[in-house]
Amino acid sequence: MAPEQTVGGAPAMSDVETYLTSHRQKDLLRLLTCGSVDDGKSTLIGRLLHDSQLIYEDVLASLEADSATHGSAGEGVDLALLMDGLRAEREQGITIDVAYRYFATARRTFIIADTPGHPQYTRNMATGASTCDLAVILIDARHGVLPQTKRHSYIASLLGIGQVVVAVNKMDLVGWSQDRFTEICEDYRSFAKPLGFGQPYFLPMSALLGDNVVDASGNLGWFDGPPLLEHLETVDIDASVELEHFRMPVQLVSRPDADFRGYAGTVASGVLRPGDEVVALPSGLGSAVERIATFDGDLDVAGPGRAVTVTLVDDIDVSRGDLLVTPGSEPQRAHDLDAMVVWMSETGAEPGSSYLLQTANTVSNCTIRNVRHRIDINTGAHEQAPGLGLNDIGHCVITSDRELAFDPYSANRATGSFVLVDRLTNATVAAGMIMGAASAWDRTPDAALVRQRSEISDAERAIRFGQQPCTILLTGLTAAGKSTLATALERELFDRGKVSIRLDGENVRMGISRDLGFSTQERSENLRRVSEVARLVNGQGLIAIAAMVAPDRDVRQRARDLVGVDRYVEVFVDTPIEVCRERDPHGLYAMADSGEIPRFPGVSADFDRPTDADLRVDTSTQDVDECIDAIVRMLTERGFLRGPSTP
Amino acid sequence: MSATLPAELRLTHLQQLEAEAIGIMREVVAQCERPVMLYSIGKDSSVLLHLARKAFFPGKIPFPLLHVDTTWKFREMISFRQRMADEIGFELIVHTNAEGVAQGINPFDHGSKNYTDIMKTQALRQALDAGRFDAAFGGARRDEEKSRAKERVFSFRDAHHRWDPKNQRPELWNLYNGRVNQGESIRVFPMSNWTELDVWQYIHVEQIPIVPLYFAAERPVVERDGVLIMVDDDRFVFDEGEVAEQRLVRFRTLGCYPLSGAIESTAATLPEIIGEMLVATRSEREGRVIDFDQSGSMEQKKREGYF
Repeated sequence: MAPEQTVGGAPAMSDVETYLTSHRQKDLLRLLTCGSVDDGKSTLIGRLLHDSQLIYEDVLASLEADSATHGSAGEGVDLALLMDGLRAEREQGITIDVAYRYFATARRTFIIADTPGHPQYTRNMATGASTCDLAVILIDARHGVLPQTKRHSYIASLLGIGQVVVAVNKMDLVGWSQDRFTEICEDYRSFAKPLGFGQPYFLPMSALLGDNVVDASGNLGWFDGPPLLEHLETVDIDASVELEHFRMPVQLVSRPDADFRGYAGTVASGVLRPGDEVVALPSGLGSAVERIATFDGDLDVAGPGRAVTVTLVDDIDVSRGDLLVTPGSEPQRAHDLDAMVVWMSETGAEPGSSYLLQTANTVSNCTIRNVRHRIDINTGAHEQAPGLGLNDIGHCVITSDRELAFDPYSANRATGSFVLVDRLTNATVAAGMIMGAASAWDRTPDAALVRQRSEISDAERAIRFGQQPCTILLTGLTAAGKSTLATALERELFDRGKVSIRLDGENVRMGISRDLGFSTQERSENLRRVSEVARLVNGQGLIAIAAMVAPDRDVRQRARDLVGVDRYVEVFVDTPIEVCRERDPHGLYAMADSGEIPRFPGVSADFDRPTDADLRVDTSTQDVDECIDAIVRMLTERGFLRGPSTP
Repeated sequence: MSATLPAELRLTHLQQLEAEAIGIMREVVAQCERPVMLYSIGKDSSVLLHLARKAFFPGKIPFPLLHVDTTWKFREMISFRQRMADEIGFELIVHTNAEGVAQGINPFDHGSKNYTDIMKTQALRQALDAGRFDAAFGGARRDEEKSRAKERVFSFRDAHHRWDPKNQRPELWNLYNGRVNQGESIRVFPMSNWTELDVWQYIHVEQIPIVPLYFAAERPVVERDGVLIMVDDDRFVFDEGEVAEQRLVRFRTLGCYPLSGAIESTAATLPEIIGEMLVATRSEREGRVIDFDQSGSMEQKKREGYF
C-alpha cells in the first residue's frame, strides 16, 4: 500500500510514465465517514491524508498558523482543522456540512464525504451517503455504541450503503484492550443485525497516534486484520454494480442535423450493446439499438456509469424524461408510491402538502398523502407523527400526477430515488427512496362513487341481534391455534344467540384472496381485504372473527384504523414457537427451515409481537375453553355482547 | 480490484469523473434556459471545454463561452483563446468592465483586492446580467481550497450573484435541482470531484491543448517578495532597482500576468510537469497572490460573487 507521493527527489521520467499508466487504471471508491467531533473523525481523515503524504507542505504550513487560533490539539498540527472548511464553522469549532476530500494510493483513488454526527444534521449525512459505496462508522472505545452510532448506521443502511467499517477509535485510551474491543463489536452486531450490512469490518484503531490507519499497529498485536487504508484499497466494490436490468434515463435528445437523432444519457444499470432491443417508457414503444455513439467513437458495449448517446433503428418518439429499458425486465409503474423520506427543510410537511417530484428522468407534481410513521433514528422505532420536520425521516405515501416508472431503491439507487422541490422557493426540501407502489390501503376510491346508505339504523340492528358489532383479530404464528379458537368462539357466540361471521385466513385464500401469495405485500393485501369485509359485516350489525398470522405491526395498525378503533379487538395468540413447531399439522415449519417456503414469519421473516393487544392467550398453557372464556369476558366487559343500553 | 465485473464494463476513476461531468453538463442544458460557460483559458477551462464537446457530440456546444477579459491577461492566453475558437467553432463572448478601463484600474496602482473586485468580480456580474444567463459553468474543483470542499455542484446565487453558504440546496445522488426564479442563477461545477492530478492526467490522456505558458521556457521575470512575476508587456511597472531577468519558468495557474506567480522549472512536457507535481512542495494556489489578502479570503470573494 505504498503511498504514491514521495517528498523530495524528482522521479525519473520513465517512472512518471509508469506511474501514469498505473494511475490511469485505478478505480474509484466513494466513502462516507460518520462520527462526532469527539469520535476523532476529522483526526482520522487528516491522518489518512497526512500519512498518505498527500498533504502538501504549504497547506500544512498554513494549518499550523490556523491551529494557533482555533486548534484544540494543544500542540502540533491539529489534523481535524484540515476537514473544516468554512470560516464561520471553523470559529464555532464544529463541522456543519458535507465536506469532500480526495486522495489516492497506489491502488485506488478515493473520495471521502465527511459528514457531521450531530443529531440535527441527519440531512447532511443522508446527502453524503447518497453517493457512497462504503461507510466508516467511528466509535469512541471509551463510550462504546451510543445512540449516535445507531443513528449513523441506520442512515447508512437507509441510503443503501452495503459496506461498513466499524472503526473502534481511541484504543489507546482503553489500554489497547481486546476485551473492550470484543465487547463493542458484539454490542454493534446485535443492534445492527436488521440493517443488512452483510459483514461489517470491525477494526481497532487510534487515529491520533496512527495505529491501524495506514500502518498496522504494534500496540494491537492481538488484531490480525488489515489496517483501514489497506481494507479500503482492497474491498470489493464491483459486486454492487447492477448488470441485470438495463435502465437509461434520457437526459437530452441530440439532433444536430437531419440525419442524426440520438438519446443522450448515462447508463444507470445493466448493459447495452448495438442490436439490443429496448423499450421507451412511458410510451412502451420498442426498437433496437443502432449505435452507441461517443466523442471517442462508437462503443460495442456500455455498462453502468457510461455517458453515451444512443441511436435507435426505428424512428420512435423518445424525449427527455423517458426511460430506456430492456423488454422483459421492466421497472414498476405507479402513481402512488411508498417511500422513505428524509426531510431537509426548516419548513415542515404535512399530509396534503404539494411539491415537485424530481427523479432521474422526470419532474412531476406530487402530494404527500400521509405519513405512516416517523422513524426514531436512535432506536429504529416507528412513531406516529402528524407530519415531518427538519431532519425527520418518515415512511410516506406520495401521489404523483404523472405515472412514474421506477425500481425499488434497494434494487436500483438511480431509478429508485427522488428529491422534492418547493414550487415557490425552488428549494430542495426532501430526499426520498422509493420502496414500491403504495398498496391498495392508500388508494383513494374514485371520486365519482357514491356510498349507498341503508334504511336500517345501527340501533335497530343492535336490538335485533342483541349485540354491538366488532371485529376480533386473532393474530399469532402458524399453528398457534388461531383457527381452532376462531371456530370455538363462533360456536360459543352462536350458542349465546349472537350473530357472527368467521373469516379464516386459510379459507379466505381459497376464495377472495386466491390471487395472493405470501410476500409481505401480499400478506398485507390479504389482511386489507379481510378488514374491508369485516367493516362491511360490522356495518350490518354482525361480529367478525378473523384468524390471520398478520405478522406486520404496521399492517395490523392499518386494519385497526380501517375497522375503527372502537370496534377493533386484537387477541394475540401467543403460543411459543417451539409448541407451534411441534404441532405443525401441515409440515410448514420444516418447509420454511429448508427454504422451500420463503419469508415464513417466525422463521425467515419477522413476526412483530403485538405490544398493545387487547388480550393475550397462550394455547400451550390454556385449553380452548379457558381461552374462549377470557375472550368472551373481555367482549362482555367492552359491551359488545348486549343490545342497546336503554336510557 | 476483483474479477466480478467484466473488464469491458469497468470504468477507471478518470472515466467515472468524465461521465459524471458529462451528465452534469447535459442536465444543465436540459433544465436551464440560458447557460453559459465561463472560459478562463486556463487548463481547467480547457478540460471543461473538452468535456462540453464530448457531452454534446455529435452536436455543437449548445451554449456560448464567456471570457472576462481584464485586459491584463497574458498575451499568449488571448492568442490561444482565438485559436481554440477558430478550431472548435464555439460562440465566444468577451467582456471587459469598460468603466474600470475608463478609470484606468490596474493591478499595479490599485492593489490586487480592488483590482480583482472591479475587473473580475464586477465584470463577471455585468456580463452575466447582460446575457441574462441562468446557469454558468465553471472549472472550480473541491480540492483546490478549504472553502470549496463543501461547495455544491449546482451552487445557487441570488439575484445579486451572492453566494450564501447557509442557503445552498441539498444535493443527493445525481439529482441536481437547477430551478431558479427571475434574476437568480446557478454556478455549475462539473469538475467538482476532480483533483489537480486528475486534471493533468486527463489533459495528458486526451491530448487536450493548453496555453504554452504551462510549459517551462525562458521568460523575462521580476522577483517580488519571493514570487516570480513575468514581464509580459510594456505596461509592467518596475519598482525602483528592479530589472527583468530571463529565467526558465512555467506557470501552475494562469490569470492576470501581474498577479500570477511563475515557478522555476525545466518541465517542458506533460509527463515532466506531472513528475514535478508528484513531488510538489508548493500547492497550486501559492502562485496566486490574491489568496493571501486575508484569512478565508476565497470564501469572502465567493460571497461577493467571484467565481
